[in-house]
Amino acid sequence: MTDRLTTETKAIESALRRGAAPGRADRSDGEIARTASDRGAANAAGRLTRRITAEGLADVSYAPAESPFGPLLLAATKRGLVRLAFPEEDIDSVLESLAQLLSPRIVEASDSLDPARRELEEYFSGRRRTFGLELDWTLIGGFGRRVLRATSEIPYGGVLSYAEVAADAGSPRAWRAAGNALGANPIPIVIPCHRVLRSGGVLGNYGGGPARKRWLLELEGALRDGG
Amino acid sequence: MSTGLPPFQRFLDAHRDSVWRFLVSSVGRTDAEDCFQETFIAALRAYPRLRPDSNVRAWVLTIAHRKALDAHRARARRAVPVADLAAVDGRAAPSPLARDETLWEAVEGLPARQRSAVVLRYVADLPHGDIAMAIGCSEEAARRSLHEGLTKLRKVVPA
Repeated sequence: MTDRLTTETKAIESALRRGAAPGRADRSDGEIARTASDRGAANAAGRLTRRITAEGLADVSYAPAESPFGPLLLAATKRGLVRLAFPEEDIDSVLESLAQLLSPRIVEASDSLDPARRELEEYFSGRRRTFGLELDWTLIGGFGRRVLRATSEIPYGGVLSYAEVAADAGSPRAWRAAGNALGANPIPIVIPCHRVLRSGGVLGNYGGGPARKRWLLELEGALRDGG
Repeated sequence: MSTGLPPFQRFLDAHRDSVWRFLVSSVGRTDAEDCFQETFIAALRAYPRLRPDSNVRAWVLTIAHRKALDAHRARARRAVPVADLAAVDGRAAPSPLARDETLWEAVEGLPARQRSAVVLRYVADLPHGDIAMAIGCSEEAARRSLHEGLTKLRKVVPA
């Protein structure tokens, strides 16, 4: 009697598992059902993130963007673009740091970043000289904010030295601190830290690598003299 | 704000499949869509207050369990014609066994707590302690609900 009950229970348990989580079943159609179920979940999750963005329920949204350097990661708050990460940066680390510094309510949502993607695409193809994007400066504090504000005033095709940017930021002798602030720029390209060179026109460092700095300055026609 | 929580998107990626399966099994394909949205919207609102060391899987399935109860109450008020039950049921495999269909209809017919215990155990694969947390009872009561649910299913479905 007990054995029969146990057998019956086991049969029902395995039927429940088969119907619900077919991936664990040994029947071949279990895999198909599991795939269909997970696709249902993926579609529902896609609709969810679109709704979350449309209703403004997320604090940060992010999306990839094409660039000549490979895929960039863009992240925005309701205030504006807050982060641009180069391809070699680890996406999970970038998002985890945004979760710590801003809010963990972060979803992937391409719609809200369409304007930023479009402006970047126009910039990379030489059809745009200034960005009209709203920026969120939350991640940039103190002296760094003054340095990057000054940097954002450098026009397309122009360059300044670290010392000049430090002076514009109100501390002419703090060129080394200015260099650090430029290196920590969370929104490169859009805040054009590539337009700041070492004195004497030497390229100097760049968060995205010196080759990218040269590429951007050549795009803008700032290196015509072979600097 | 320093929370130590992973980005919500990662939380959604990690738990969407089990929440979806739980909901499809407890309320059927059509209602599962709304319940899924409501579950994760509620989770998103509360997310920053979640402690990083809490059992997030049990937490989100608790919310899903409550949304499933709401859907069942709403459905009871709507009085769905019997013929529609098969049509709204999206869990059917491409070649479903008729016996499994009977089983799942019997699962839907269980009292709420037993149904959730059965579904959380076999669909979401939660241990008894997490089932207790999700339906808000003691672990002993969760075991009892699960046992009672299985006993009822055994009567309905001949092995």
